[in-house]
Amino acid sequence: MHATTTQSNSHQVPVLSLHGITKIFPGVKALDDVKLNLYPGEVTALVGENGAGKSTVVKILTGIYQPDGGTIYVDGTATHLPTAQAAAAMGITAIHQETVLFDELSVAENIFLGHAPRGVFGLIDRSAMVRKAAEILKSIGAEIDPAQRLRDLGIANKHLVAIARALSTDARVVIMDEPTAALSHKEIQELYELVEKLKAQNKAILFISHKFDEIFHIADRFTVYRDGQFVADGRVDEINEGELVKMMVGRNVNQIFPTRVPNIGKDVLEVDNMSHPTEFAGISFTLRRGEILGFYGLVGAGRSEFMQSLFGITHAATGTIKIDGEPITIRSSADATQAGIVYVPEDRGTQGAITALPIFQNITLPSLKQTSKNGFIRLAEEFALAREYTQRLDLRAASLDTLTGNLSGGNQQKVVIAKWLATQPKVIILDEPTKGIDIGSKAAVHEFMAELAAQGLAVIMVSSEIPEIIGMSDRVIVMREGRRVAEISRSELTPETLVRHAAGI
Amino acid sequence: MLRKLITSREALLLGAIAVLLGLISLRFPNFVAPSNLASVFNDTSPLILLAIGQMIVILTKCIDLSVAANLALTGMVVAMINVAFPNLPVAFILIIAVMLGTLMGMVNGLLVWKLDIPPIVVTLGTMTIFRGIIFLISDGKWVNSHEMSPAFKAFPRAELFGLPVLSWIAILAVIVFTIVMTRTTFGRAAYAAGGNSHAATYAGINVGRTQFVAFTLSGALAGLTGYLWVSRYAVAYVDIAGGFELDVVAACVIGGVAITGGIGTVGGALLGALFLGVIKNALPVVNISPFWQLAISGAAIIIAVTLNARANRRKGRIILKSAEQPA
Amino acid sequence: MSGSNTATEVANVIPDRIKSRLEQSLKSWESLLMLVAIAIFIANSFASPYFLNAWNLSDATFNFTEKAYIAFALALLIIAGEIDLSVAAIIALASTAMGAAVQAGAGTPVLVLVGLGTGLLCGAFNGLLVTRLGLPSIVATIGTMSLFRGISYIILGDQAYRGYPADFAFFGQGYVFWVISFEFVLFVLLAIVYSILLHKTNFGRAVYAIGNNPTGALFSGIRVARVKFILFLLTGLMAGVAAICLTSRLGSTRPSIATGWELEIVTMVVLGGVNILGGSGTLPGVVIAAFVMGLVTFGLGLLNVPGIVMSIVIGALLIGVIALPRLWSKWKHR
Repeated sequence: MHATTTQSNSHQVPVLSLHGITKIFPGVKALDDVKLNLYPGEVTALVGENGAGKSTVVKILTGIYQPDGGTIYVDGTATHLPTAQAAAAMGITAIHQETVLFDELSVAENIFLGHAPRGVFGLIDRSAMVRKAAEILKSIGAEIDPAQRLRDLGIANKHLVAIARALSTDARVVIMDEPTAALSHKEIQELYELVEKLKAQNKAILFISHKFDEIFHIADRFTVYRDGQFVADGRVDEINEGELVKMMVGRNVNQIFPTRVPNIGKDVLEVDNMSHPTEFAGISFTLRRGEILGFYGLVGAGRSEFMQSLFGITHAATGTIKIDGEPITIRSSADATQAGIVYVPEDRGTQGAITALPIFQNITLPSLKQTSKNGFIRLAEEFALAREYTQRLDLRAASLDTLTGNLSGGNQQKVVIAKWLATQPKVIILDEPTKGIDIGSKAAVHEFMAELAAQGLAVIMVSSEIPEIIGMSDRVIVMREGRRVAEISRSELTPETLVRHAAGI
Repeated sequence: MLRKLITSREALLLGAIAVLLGLISLRFPNFVAPSNLASVFNDTSPLILLAIGQMIVILTKCIDLSVAANLALTGMVVAMINVAFPNLPVAFILIIAVMLGTLMGMVNGLLVWKLDIPPIVVTLGTMTIFRGIIFLISDGKWVNSHEMSPAFKAFPRAELFGLPVLSWIAILAVIVFTIVMTRTTFGRAAYAAGGNSHAATYAGINVGRTQFVAFTLSGALAGLTGYLWVSRYAVAYVDIAGGFELDVVAACVIGGVAITGGIGTVGGALLGALFLGVIKNALPVVNISPFWQLAISGAAIIIAVTLNARANRRKGRIILKSAEQPA
Repeated sequence: MSGSNTATEVANVIPDRIKSRLEQSLKSWESLLMLVAIAIFIANSFASPYFLNAWNLSDATFNFTEKAYIAFALALLIIAGEIDLSVAAIIALASTAMGAAVQAGAGTPVLVLVGLGTGLLCGAFNGLLVTRLGLPSIVATIGTMSLFRGISYIILGDQAYRGYPADFAFFGQGYVFWVISFEFVLFVLLAIVYSILLHKTNFGRAVYAIGNNPTGALFSGIRVARVKFILFLLTGLMAGVAAICLTSRLGSTRPSIATGWELEIVTMVVLGGVNILGGSGTLPGVVIAAFVMGLVTFGLGLLNVPGIVMSIVIGALLIGVIALPRLWSKWKHR
């Protein structure tokens, strides 16, 4: 499909080149003598696990961080990028993970924030700004009124505004940091077309992504970092997926998912006709002991919204929920926890762990009734409970009173899971449980999930990764636009059926 | 476009003020006579000036509780200068007042920018310090009308095209700061810094410096108002404009400025101030004890902030196709 | 993560703590504040011969006890990430309500109930605005600050209530034993109660969790709105307690009673090491801060320094205690 007709540009001088860049944070060498070359008209994928140093490189390239060693060359000339403005002036621009835009400003103002065209007295020339914004938006095929306020746009259009903003500076280097993370399948296709347009305009593109299919689809070159060090670079058409993974993790990862023999028991959770005014409608299913039930769908299909409603965060839902055959009412997360339904959220930073509290306090937070007497805390019992579950999850930390925020992403996820297991739940909902954690920790989480199911816990796993869904689930429910569109048993599970149902084709 | 205009916060507030004036005029038609309205505006001018500065500060996700103390200290200093040098032209007095206010604003701004101290703490502190300094320099004494030079007192009252200079200064400030907030890079930066500080940094905006500038502008306006206040009321003492900072914040909140930053306009601050000004001036006319004013402005703040919270409530993602239709 | 962990690979035992609690507490803000308090105490005793006198010291406690009652509850509220600027206005309204009750012929027990009840009602009103309507607490309580005091003004105007019963004077003027006043005993009792509440109970743990990450706390099954509502109730109740003591001490009620106290109380809380943005702070810190502020006020009073100058010191203290550690760490990183 994607014709790799890109001519070899390797004889060209890189537009942007990093030599021996080092960046040290207190106690951590985030980057250690790394290199990176970006060529005009080519897409270079920067590949690496979490903590490999990708985002640090982006911040150095955009003038947010200053390197502690090494040189940045632009067109072969050594350059400093002391501020974000300096980077922009050099023609380096970034489209960030989260669309970093301003709801209260107009589309045109968002596009030109920081470099608006000036008129008399140095005031912003508004008509020129709107006109130019319209030109840029047209050039990327976006049908958006530049005078509109950004808050009135949908997420996909906001993304286009972010791209238009990146192009408004006459950029020569465009950095795309996980650009597809929040996009639907169709929007991703449109993004690919856009990248092709940018290539045709001879821009150098740095593409950062976790997803291998994207890298092989769109990138011409790759550069691999591991633990802040340069590992390899080269042309994408000269390697395969396995080799790239090996470079990334430094070891062979073939058996990713645990083999397990499901031992499915009686019904635990029965959900009947759950509906919400705007987010989901008519969701029914049953979940049994020892079962892993996958929830698949495109981003924005309403899966998380439904799970959060089941967990009592979102109100206004109708329908009935039964636990062990008993109907229950869930008005708050405390009610859900009491009923034995717990939820490990996707957004670890704000919803999962309380990073400023120590590990043991995070773990006991929902089980304080268990470790206290008449509302008074009993430290010894708290530590005992925390010790038990950190051991069970094989958590790595210096001490139990270490602040949770000082742990790596994978270990933080273990703290969140430990917190919920300590409440001895009947149903555990895991929302994108391995998103943003490295491959090593991923395998550990998968293995643990299998172990939990084997011990008789009922597991719901929301995931957007097809391999994970297929590798782990006993049964999969597919959601689309807030509705349950299919239920697929393990034997019928193929990537094609999943995608077909999720996309509605 | 027209529907948008009608449903905007500013239009709603303008409507509320019009209804208020209409109700008063039913019983007391004299209240809406042009000359009386002009005097209400003139009376509200100091509040308008401070509310504009406060609006900019709140826009950058800060708050300045020291404005009234800044006003009082500047007022005392220029009054004492006037007593010591009665022949100093008013132009100099104005420059001194603005500079002194600017300086105090910069102190707030630096503490917020360079030391990252929460603005509410900084300005609570400087507020008490500024008031204390007034006592130190004045020894707790008043500067009275007869000690001030005639030129010093005459400036804000001088009439120009039928309006006092004080009113003209407020009008000028509204125009200038409307342009500053909508047509300059600082204005854009202020909205961006308060709306999404993280993103603003990525867009090359120095959030701390933007906040510093906001505090400096607020200080400058407070300094200017300090002179105007003291000369208009022809008296300076430690407690002038005591508690006025709350009226200023109230004017902003009523004017639709979001305390969480990023939302607000100069026009909104103006209307919020006028709303309070109309109430304050109407109470004695409609024969309600002035002691009601505090409670009314408190209730107005609560009602306004409740309405703002409703309007700005994040709508949940609409996923269901069927739910999109009625909206 | 190897190294510090000497346990075998088989069972990954994580030690509970690395640093002892003693070591942690010695390096704390509270220890520093304690040193400041001692230094001021010594300086005061050198500065004035009247300082080291049991009755004078006892008198000095009245400078901070009433404010401290509120500061204890407000500390919890601020740790939970909210604030209540209406506390002084609640004092005014509660005092006015008690004054009105006196006019209606109420006796001391009824007066106490009226004072506490008004405080609770005001706290409940604030709590509802914040937890039910979702208003930012700083604006909501700036509003209620005007509203509560405004109602006092409507009721009283430029008048004053007097004529409180003789036995009502005990709360603000009575002594339990020798120089130990009722107010001081209440101060000690409340300090203990609030310390236990914050540091030893599930409720206190929830307060910290909410202050650090309200969303995370909600997703951990904590009833965030209920905890916040209770904190507003407690703050209102403490303002009611302070109103009873202050009214009893002054023997009269004017609508301007306790003007500006909210700032001193917030200063006391912040000086005590409570992060104004929520999430951290301790109750003992606030107790020591209350002493520091009381000692400074009293010491300057003995030196005949007028009250308003003390406000400069308080303001400088507020900014200084936060600025100095930050300046120090900036300078160290150079």
